[in-house]
Amino acid sequence: MALFEEGLLYSESHEYVRVEGEYGYIGISDYAQHALGNVVYVDMPEVDDEVTAGEEFGAVESVKAASDLIAPMSGTVVEVNEALEDKPELLNEDAFGNWIIKVQLSDPSELDALMDAKAYEAHCAE
Amino acid sequence: MNRTLYGNLIFELSKKGRRGYSLPTDYDRSHTTAELPEALLRKEPARLPECDELTVVRHYTNLSHNNFGVNDGFYPLGSCTMKYNPVINEEIAGLKAFAGLHPLQPAETCQGALEVYYNLQESLAELAGLSQFTLNPCAGAHGELTGLIVIRAYHESRNEVRTKVLIPDSAHGTNPASAAVCGLEVVEVKSLANGTVDTDHLRQLLSEMGGEVAAMMMTNPNTLGIFETNVLEITEMVHKAGGLMYYDGANLNALLGECRPGDMGFDVMHINLHKTFSTPHGGGGPGSGPVGVRKGLEQFLPMPRVVQIPAEEEGLESFAVDWGTSVSGERGSEIAVGNFFGNFGVMLKAYAYILSLGRENIREVGPLAVLNANYIKERLKDDYLLPIEGLCKHEVVFDGLRDKSTGVTTMDVAKRLLDYGYHAPTIYFPLLFHESLMIEPTENESKETIDAFIDVMHRIAQEAKTDPELVKTAPHNTPIGRVDDVLAAKQAITTFWKVMKE
Repeated sequence: MALFEEGLLYSESHEYVRVEGEYGYIGISDYAQHALGNVVYVDMPEVDDEVTAGEEFGAVESVKAASDLIAPMSGTVVEVNEALEDKPELLNEDAFGNWIIKVQLSDPSELDALMDAKAYEAHCAE
Repeated sequence: MNRTLYGNLIFELSKKGRRGYSLPTDYDRSHTTAELPEALLRKEPARLPECDELTVVRHYTNLSHNNFGVNDGFYPLGSCTMKYNPVINEEIAGLKAFAGLHPLQPAETCQGALEVYYNLQESLAELAGLSQFTLNPCAGAHGELTGLIVIRAYHESRNEVRTKVLIPDSAHGTNPASAAVCGLEVVEVKSLANGTVDTDHLRQLLSEMGGEVAAMMMTNPNTLGIFETNVLEITEMVHKAGGLMYYDGANLNALLGECRPGDMGFDVMHINLHKTFSTPHGGGGPGSGPVGVRKGLEQFLPMPRVVQIPAEEEGLESFAVDWGTSVSGERGSEIAVGNFFGNFGVMLKAYAYILSLGRENIREVGPLAVLNANYIKERLKDDYLLPIEGLCKHEVVFDGLRDKSTGVTTMDVAKRLLDYGYHAPTIYFPLLFHESLMIEPTENESKETIDAFIDVMHRIAQEAKTDPELVKTAPHNTPIGRVDDVLAAKQAITTFWKVMKE
């Protein structure tokens, strides 16, 4: 069964963001990794790239399908999770423990459009 | 046949110095390389496998036994229309008078071939309800690109800048890819819960960006095999905004003989001859993706074109090639796609198919394909989850097994089907469901074949409950068991020598 971690904010397209001060750690939800199946490749942006809420910033490829990654919030990429380059399967092992990019958030008000764990769980059950 | 031995890779069968031929040892090779620049000459011999002829023949004969095609058994690969390729098609395409033609030979020496070419253009136009077709594009996706180039040329001729293409989120991946290759921007149109286009969302998009919309690409029935009943409303909305409607012919088989894209308001379309018109897929031969346009867009079709010259008095009509100058009396477009006329051999097969069915029988194709798919849908929905109830067209999509508690996935069901001698259906496509299992029987299959398939699908659903491990570890009866697709995707090894090195 998919996990829905409390304290994170979720988007309809199944990304999450863990907000810590002015930074946000963005990844895919446990529900998303379940749906994707075995992840074989993660296409990530580069440090200093800008990401825009609602727009694509990379892609996750699994044995089933390739899916775009949609930024839940806007900002500047300050770090990418390089471990995923060699071990994309980390997303399957622990989606919440393995964020994909760390972003310096440019518009904290965008948080309001995202869902908490309970609302997201209901969204997935639809 | 000794599979253990001859089933090895040809590189593994190689023995240093073994030969299947003998050449004179005093053979002078210098004249074969004399004209080549030094930089292009090999420094050392190519590392080819070394085998005697009999070993080579046994190896490849063994491989051919591992193949599975429509001629071996039921091949319900959804979205692909794997229909039977009638033998008469091959006979016709193999005739020396056709096979020996050169694309540059004078038109008066190949009137018969040009007539076939012209008649196929006309037949497709009639079946599609459009004005004219070009047969030049060499495959379905090539046809999509050609169609979009035609649309772009149309807007340019009117001095309009339109860069956006609307594509439903259920569309096949080639649609957005073709639009991107054509330099156009893709805008996704949402689907409703029943899988059809959300016309409210489309209306909203058109009100926001209607003036920038070059076209909307659709297939009907759509990728879920559902007929878009709002198609007339959709084409009217897009036309009002000044955009053109593009019909992806991927699912034309469902409509053949029943209704026509042109009558639904589509302006441009492509047809996959390898789907709807029974020519071979992929490895069976090259493709062909003819593109048709409605009246008023003919001048944007690519060159060359084959045209008919009316008969003079008592004579016969004749055929000519319009290279874009003025054989037809009008100036042609400057658009060219691919080389010459496309893949003529494929066109011969498609034309043979149309003629062998004839006007009466071709009307049966769509209805029978739809009947077969619905029969399977109704008989399997007790064990397999049917996410969209109601009539489907030529294919049906299930969302995996109904009983998900066993842990048996769509992948496992597909693998287990191989054990029973069936080609797997399309899986994990369309992307709208997590466990998609997409079955397209085509009109060719008998009730006995379909019933036997349905029985096996029920048996697998039973096995999933009584012995899930058996299904999860399938296939068991194939030359190679369950393949590690994660490892294959992550560490693709495409040359044998690399493995040897490591």
